[in-house]
Amino acid sequence: MSLEKREIEKIAHLARLAIDESAIPGYAEDLTGILDLVDQMSAVDTEGVEPLAHPHDAVQRLREDVVTEENQRERLQSNAPQTDSGLFLVPKVIE
Amino acid sequence: MKEKTLTELALLLQQRELSSVELTQYYLDRIQRLDTTLNSFISVTGEEALKQAAVADQKIAVGEAGPLTGVPIAHKDIFCTQGVRTSCGSKMLDNFIAPYNATVVEKMSEAGVVMLGKTNMDEFAMGSSNENSFYGAVSNPWNREYVPGGSSGGSAAAVAARLTPAATGTDTGGSIRQPAALCGVTGLKPTYGRVSRWGMIAFASSLDQGGPLTQSAEDAALMLSAMAGFDPKDSTSMEREVPDYSATLNNPLQGVRIGLPREYFSEGLDGGVENVVQEAIAEYRKMGAEVVDIDLPNTRLAVPTYYVVAPAECSSNLSRFDGVRYGHRCDDPRDLEDLYKRSRGEGFGDEVKRRIMIGAYTLSAGYYDAYYLKAQRLRRLISEDFQRAFERVDVIMGPVTPTTAFRKGEKSDDPVNMYLSDIYTIAVSLAGLPGMSIPAGFSDGMPVGLQLIGNHFDESRLLNLAHQYQQVSDWHRQAPEDMA
Repeated sequence: MSLEKREIEKIAHLARLAIDESAIPGYAEDLTGILDLVDQMSAVDTEGVEPLAHPHDAVQRLREDVVTEENQRERLQSNAPQTDSGLFLVPKVIE
Repeated sequence: MKEKTLTELALLLQQRELSSVELTQYYLDRIQRLDTTLNSFISVTGEEALKQAAVADQKIAVGEAGPLTGVPIAHKDIFCTQGVRTSCGSKMLDNFIAPYNATVVEKMSEAGVVMLGKTNMDEFAMGSSNENSFYGAVSNPWNREYVPGGSSGGSAAAVAARLTPAATGTDTGGSIRQPAALCGVTGLKPTYGRVSRWGMIAFASSLDQGGPLTQSAEDAALMLSAMAGFDPKDSTSMEREVPDYSATLNNPLQGVRIGLPREYFSEGLDGGVENVVQEAIAEYRKMGAEVVDIDLPNTRLAVPTYYVVAPAECSSNLSRFDGVRYGHRCDDPRDLEDLYKRSRGEGFGDEVKRRIMIGAYTLSAGYYDAYYLKAQRLRRLISEDFQRAFERVDVIMGPVTPTTAFRKGEKSDDPVNMYLSDIYTIAVSLAGLPGMSIPAGFSDGMPVGLQLIGNHFDESRLLNLAHQYQQVSDWHRQAPEDMA
């Protein structure tokens, strides 16, 4: 298989990644190579094999729905690019 | 002093023949003098380290010291360290000062360990050469033209050059074992769920596991005892007692059954590496172990399976880096979508972008069954191969890597070729098993690692077998001569 330019553009959009126009052929070649490697999987019949999502086949542990953390908004927001009154600021979404 | 192991240094501290401040200053001086040619550290936290050392000295003076109090180590820059930049090797987090400590960092700190700094790594732990770091490539201390391996390349190089007695690392598909092998140090990837992932920046959550890189197995036992344990903050942490890993190091090897997978000694394995590995296995025979051939028939599917599972999980995990709450944000975004796209496009390097895109593709509408679900089915077959083998043998041995360290730039333009260098480590990660790399000799002047693979939660046995080998060999004692 070989990925086309518009497929790379679509994947980059899905992943919200800005990609330079000039870099697209390189990504197309690399991703095609990786998908060719991955396609070796299809040679094996896995009919009836249960998927393994967790190495120990374990399920997520649940806990009581109680508050365990204190509010530390200021500390946690100290890395934010732009905040105001405890809110994260982004460009205007609704006109 | 640099030739001393963590265990030996800890003893000198306890006997008060040396203070933690002296020891810490000694390693800080070595880093300053020698790391210019290696680039194994991203951040050196000298001032804070000396403060921690002074606290450790006080604890030792009043008799409150534990086995690790006052010994200096380095943390891979993937572990969150409160008040210290935690970059994960990425421009995306170049400005990120972690607001809390990872559980591993917290546990080591409670044990009285001194942190020298944060080690270099492939960006977001994606790579096998440490060439993917925003902070530049790391050199292999045995030859500066060669890579140290990755992604924990900074930790492995720093331990090999004796710039720190030990370091933490993380392993998703081989990121502790492969650099340990290529740099000639001891590296242990514990069982999935043994060491808490909390505060360890996520790459592929069903695979990621933290562990130690040290000079010796005895040191690894000390480190793992402090790092391991149940953590309610990590939903995949396993509720299991942590055994005393140091207590069983001297168990006799009489009658221990070692399996050699035929698939790990076939085409693609360099002859020099194979000779070293076979000689190490011959030593185990002399120590009374029984060696048998085994089959892991789905070995060749491990790399393709991994390159579906890991990128899919990476693509989900790395969606959190959006330029809104922390991390890099682009200048003058036109709108929210532009902010997301340019912040991520500028913040991530090429390999990270490739993996995010592969993940986005395989998880996109219509492809899930053919890729992710198929890979999870194969993952079970790969895991069952090991379980069948462990019905016959106690431990599996083989090479860690098909070749010794490769030259910088040799594989950096060819992602698939780079991925294939992890062929012997990836299946172990998919199965969630513990794996270890120990120095076993040299081929053309570069270190070769022997891989030990155990059943789930059988770290004690791996450490026992590794320690016994290190009683009859001195490969782990060898350090590059020009790192005096």
